[in-house]
Amino acid sequence: MMNSITINNLTKRFGNFTSVDSISFDVKEGEIFGFLGANGAGKTTTIKMLCGILSPTEGDALVAGFSIKKEPNKVKLNIGYMSQRFSLYNDLTVEENINFFGGIYGLNGSRLLERKQWVLKIANLNGKENLLTASLPGGIKQRLALGTAVIHRPKIVFLDEPTSGVDPISRRNFWDLIHNLSSDGITVFVTTHYLEEAEFCNNIILINAGKLIAEGSSKELKTNYLKNDLYEIECSNVVDALEILEVQNFVEETSIFGNNIHISVNRNFSSTQQIESVLLSNKDIKISRVNKIVPTLEDVFIHLLERDKK
Amino acid sequence: MISRLRAIAKKELKQLIRDTRMLFVIFSFPVLLLVIFGYAVNFDVQNIQLGVYDQERSDISREFINSLTSSSYFKVTKTISNYEDIKQTLDKKDAQVVLVLPKDFSHNFFSAKEPAIIQFLIDGVDGNSASIIQNYVNSAVYTFNLKYQKQIVARYGKSLQIPIDLQPIFWFNPDLETTKFLIPGLIALILIVSAVITVALTLVREKEKGTIEQINVSSITTIELLLGKSLPYLIVALINASLILLAGYVMFGVVVKGNYLLLFMSTLIFLFACTSMGILASVISDSQQVAFTIATFVSLLPSVILSGFIFPIDSMPIAVQILTNITPAKFFIVVLRAIILRGAGLEAFWTQLLYLILFSSILLGLATIINKKKTEFNR
Ligand SMILES: Nc1ncnc2c1ncn2[C@@H]1O[C@H](COP(=O)(O)OP(=O)(O)OP(=O)(O)O)[C@@H](O)[C@H]1O
Ligand SMILES: [Mg+2]
Repeated sequence: MMNSITINNLTKRFGNFTSVDSISFDVKEGEIFGFLGANGAGKTTTIKMLCGILSPTEGDALVAGFSIKKEPNKVKLNIGYMSQRFSLYNDLTVEENINFFGGIYGLNGSRLLERKQWVLKIANLNGKENLLTASLPGGIKQRLALGTAVIHRPKIVFLDEPTSGVDPISRRNFWDLIHNLSSDGITVFVTTHYLEEAEFCNNIILINAGKLIAEGSSKELKTNYLKNDLYEIECSNVVDALEILEVQNFVEETSIFGNNIHISVNRNFSSTQQIESVLLSNKDIKISRVNKIVPTLEDVFIHLLERDKK
Repeated sequence: MISRLRAIAKKELKQLIRDTRMLFVIFSFPVLLLVIFGYAVNFDVQNIQLGVYDQERSDISREFINSLTSSSYFKVTKTISNYEDIKQTLDKKDAQVVLVLPKDFSHNFFSAKEPAIIQFLIDGVDGNSASIIQNYVNSAVYTFNLKYQKQIVARYGKSLQIPIDLQPIFWFNPDLETTKFLIPGLIALILIVSAVITVALTLVREKEKGTIEQINVSSITTIELLLGKSLPYLIVALINASLILLAGYVMFGVVVKGNYLLLFMSTLIFLFACTSMGILASVISDSQQVAFTIATFVSLLPSVILSGFIFPIDSMPIAVQILTNITPAKFFIVVLRAIILRGAGLEAFWTQLLYLILFSSILLGLATIINKKKTEFNR
């Protein structure tokens, strides 16, 4: 399969602050590519460079075969971009927004008409063309924004946190849409804070403080980066329990997941009784459950970020 | 190219039309300004108190004084008989302006060799009134000259030496109607301020909201974007110009003597220069506040001080005279006065229009380059 995006030592500095630090990776044609990282990790900065609206300080990338450094305008012809900040005009109607974005991509006449129908269909806005965009619910707005971002049928679309601040059902529907685009052959490059969404991606990159720290499919990430077994403990007095577990020699890492504790264990670990006995030394702790679990992406990322900190 | 430009312009116009508060301000403010300014100026200049020190007391000197007082603009409030008295008169505010006619006034006046030198001492405390008075004085002297020039030539058969030496600045508007005379300047001022400010806010508003990124990532070119953004405001400003002209007619009886088509075309060219200024301000700025400040500063200040609207350019120091070229208002005022007051044709002011076109092109070119630099490199 061909590469849709090839990134080579891409770096962006603002003054002496390095926002993106020499990252390299490939994105294959037609895949859904998840680009993950905490707040301020450098996701938006990277996307802007890949879209040709921010020039890299060092390194380069080929997007749809064109260098973002030398031919940013050719790059633009082949991509769609849904920015993190809301990109539709709230004071325009649905149809006016579609006409506008179609217009700046040079669509007119029957092509515009055809694409307009398509956007209305995917956003569920048929018959609501004259509604003011401000009056639309968030989920619908996001679908409309996605529709306008790909109105010109680009080869690649960049979505920067497209589902932030939207209810779970709308998010689910939005991901169905992303899958549809992908099966039409469009490469989808998407950032998100929701790790359960990352499971929908064919490939994932994790960056932290501008540096790439992990890459692979969700399955690869779980097996390649997390060697230790993982246990989940459900108990009362979580904070005290955590304090006790942290200092045990059979425990590698601890973290809190909702009301539960996750620990990764090392060679010194023999059975779950070990856990129970150390916790029960404190009378205030009541254990309801201890069991081995399959790691989630979140476990992997917390592990990686903790390791990165050290 | 055209379809993308049209998409931008259409969207901008739609947004503008939906913004009723903004529309109200855009259309009511200029007319309001015209009325306020117009009346203020009108009231200010009637009955200027004139002190007269006529050293000669000849027929011709008396006639000159009469030519001033026969209009309702000057009123002799003090007759002066020595030089010390002049200072006192002005200090005590017995007169706003003192006219000194020398002993050899009539001799030189008719000599056709040397001009007669006369002196006007204007109370400069209120700079605004002072310059208005100066304008009157200039006009009055010129009118007087014009009347006698022919007689002198007929009598002596000599060359056209100006009888009284004062630079003729306002050789139209001979009946000394200030309001009519100032209206073109006011129109230019109001139009430039409103056009520059409204345009300056458009691009920067999108920068603040982040919608500009969506535009930058499309295949639209900078010049399409900038022109598309200016176009709707150009139309709005044209409507505004008509409203102001109408208000000028209703309120102050200002009639356009010249050709309407010519007026329209010239206004269009001027407004294009204004929107180019606005676009440049918008491109430079990163927030609406900065854009507003820059736009107000570059449109208001030079248009009041340097355009010749109030202060005659000819009486400025050379360096300042060169500086006056930074405001398109200067050129438009010349054009407006020519068309509205004199009914002159294109031959009288085509150089002004040419300059305005040049001015717009340079500014727009600059805005394009800067915007490209700013968007393609470093955010
Ligand atoms: N124009 C700029 N000038 C200076 N610093 C910048 C600029 N743009 C981004 N940064 C910095 O670069 C870092 C990465 O920012 P970026 O927006 O790429 O992060 P992100 O991963 O998209 O974060 P978020 O999840 O909050 O959107 C941040 O620390 C940010 O403050
Ligand atoms: Mg971001």
